[in-house]
Amino acid sequence: MTRWQHIIPPAVLTLVGLWVCYVSYTSEPAAAFLFPRIVATVFAVLAVWGLASAVLGDGSGNQGISAQMFRNMLPGIVVGAIYIFWAAKGLGFYTATALSTFVLVALYDPAPHNRLWTWGKRFAITAVFVAVMYLLFSVLLNVYTPKEKLF
Amino acid sequence: MEFLAWFGPVFEPWSMMLLLIGTIGGLILGATPGLSPTMAVALAIPFTFRMEPVHGLILLGALYTSTVAGGAVSAILLKIPGAPANIATTLDGHTMAARGEGRRALQLSFISSLIGGVIGVFLLIWLTPVLAQWALAFGPSQLFWLAIVGVTVIATLDSKSVVKGLLAGCVGMWLGTIGFDDIIGAQRFIFHPSLSGGIHIIPALIGLFAIPQVISMFAKGRTASDLQSAATPRDALSAQASGVLGAGLGWISSIGASFVEVFKYGRSLSIGTLVGSIVGLIPGVGGQIAGLVAYDQSRNFSKEREKFGTGHPEGIISAESANNAMVGPSLVPLLTLSIPGSPTAAVLLGGLIIHGIFPGPDIFTFHPNVVWPFINSMLLGQVLMCFFGIIIAGMVAKIVKVHHSTMAAVVLALALFGSYSVQLSMNDVFIMLCLGTGMYFLERWGYSAAPLVLGLILGPIAEGNFVEGATIAAAQNGVFEYFLRGTMNKVLIALALASIAYAVWISRRTQAHGGQS
Repeated sequence: MTRWQHIIPPAVLTLVGLWVCYVSYTSEPAAAFLFPRIVATVFAVLAVWGLASAVLGDGSGNQGISAQMFRNMLPGIVVGAIYIFWAAKGLGFYTATALSTFVLVALYDPAPHNRLWTWGKRFAITAVFVAVMYLLFSVLLNVYTPKEKLF
Repeated sequence: MEFLAWFGPVFEPWSMMLLLIGTIGGLILGATPGLSPTMAVALAIPFTFRMEPVHGLILLGALYTSTVAGGAVSAILLKIPGAPANIATTLDGHTMAARGEGRRALQLSFISSLIGGVIGVFLLIWLTPVLAQWALAFGPSQLFWLAIVGVTVIATLDSKSVVKGLLAGCVGMWLGTIGFDDIIGAQRFIFHPSLSGGIHIIPALIGLFAIPQVISMFAKGRTASDLQSAATPRDALSAQASGVLGAGLGWISSIGASFVEVFKYGRSLSIGTLVGSIVGLIPGVGGQIAGLVAYDQSRNFSKEREKFGTGHPEGIISAESANNAMVGPSLVPLLTLSIPGSPTAAVLLGGLIIHGIFPGPDIFTFHPNVVWPFINSMLLGQVLMCFFGIIIAGMVAKIVKVHHSTMAAVVLALALFGSYSVQLSMNDVFIMLCLGTGMYFLERWGYSAAPLVLGLILGPIAEGNFVEGATIAAAQNGVFEYFLRGTMNKVLIALALASIAYAVWISRRTQAHGGQS
């Protein structure tokens, strides 16, 4: 793990801590920010302490993220973000869930992509999962799910 | 003995059905590596929205109880702890399973869990009203310091670094201040319209506990699951002639023999139960610590200490009795003081609040019809957990061999549904995803979700009591006088400082021993 990698999180937290501190001490009405000021001050002090320790080489508890891990997780995060930020509302919960489940299983299932039966298995997993969700949420519990163009 | 009068609602058909669903579902979820009890309870809360509070809490209580015990199934049969609380169980449990004594190991595990769990719930029954009576004397200053103690204890004990733990607690407390101020109605830190309603606790809990797991599953890539390469349950469950299920012995007698064996190692059972109960009472300390400390202490006091780690029943008995003995006492500070005793108890607090039940010293006065049946259901839940655990363990171990790609997709969908259904708002879903993604990266760099969650839950409690105390103090001798004087205030401040000092000492000692604690 490169040294700069473990400096990024404390640096980000320090920036957030200083911003929270600045907003707490400059916003009005002051009475509403009494408690946030205490929290923000401790937050900023600890964040600067954490940053200083990281710069001096203290990496306790750090695992970091390797390039391979990042490459592995990126497609999943992109699919998850599309699912949550657009598809669930744009297409409807069940349609979006079916699509995202199928894509995620296809992306991360180690079974070969050039065999028909593996695609059948992925389709079956998706179908069973969405059917269970539909029966549970819409039929049994009768709870609300995001609904738009499709179901 | 007031609790005896409230068994009726637990035996109603709907309550019993929820108890069964919670128990069996909890055993499966608990046995699934990556699905911790905390995450399972967080994902289940939205399912309880439409239920009566007592029914919702019965379901959540059953899940809490059985997920802790269910983690032993994969720990014993697959050598993969279902949750951090079951790490110690793996040491002896899987060795027993590998030599063909899987069924015996499971029976010992569930029977120890039952005994530890029942004693833990009885402690909850006896201690909660006593502590509630005592806590009635607490004023705003004591409640403020108590909330601070809750955050500092978990921040220092649950993290590898004291600074990182406390910083995570502070971040949580700051997140708790986002939105409109309760007293003046002023906007605070609303830098995006999605945050105008503040951060709702349920989407935050789901995001902080579920999304990091989903991303870690993504990070594994297209690899075969650890579980798929593990021994099959059938192999691990096969009975050898040396096992309890040897020729001529039936299923019932094998359970009887396991009961006898658990009591034969009464010292380990007592140590496990005692350690679990004490750990549960300390705010913020979880089952992982209970299991490992109990295992270590049992080994120290055992006449056969050299056998620990080689498939010795005492290892399983101490670890599993401690894990489940922790469950009941962890709810004592939650129900009486609103201070969760473990991360899962923090999630349960969210479940209580969503049903309009605010824990505190007067909870038994205002909500006896909810709290007593909930506690009683946990007592019954322990028995059901043991019964079904022994029966379906082999089946559960097969079910949990689901590939992480499927698990990630399922958890992601449940997380979306769970956070949306709180207020039927996609804003909550966005907040859930953002918090969860941020938490994944923070976890990789040594920050823990537990102090952040405690900060988020206890921050508003601390603020409410701080503002109330400051108002009282303005009419008396001033803020410092009000918050720093008085025996109880001093004790609580000392506790907060002692937890930090202890964590610093442990950290220094670990560094001095070259990273070996």
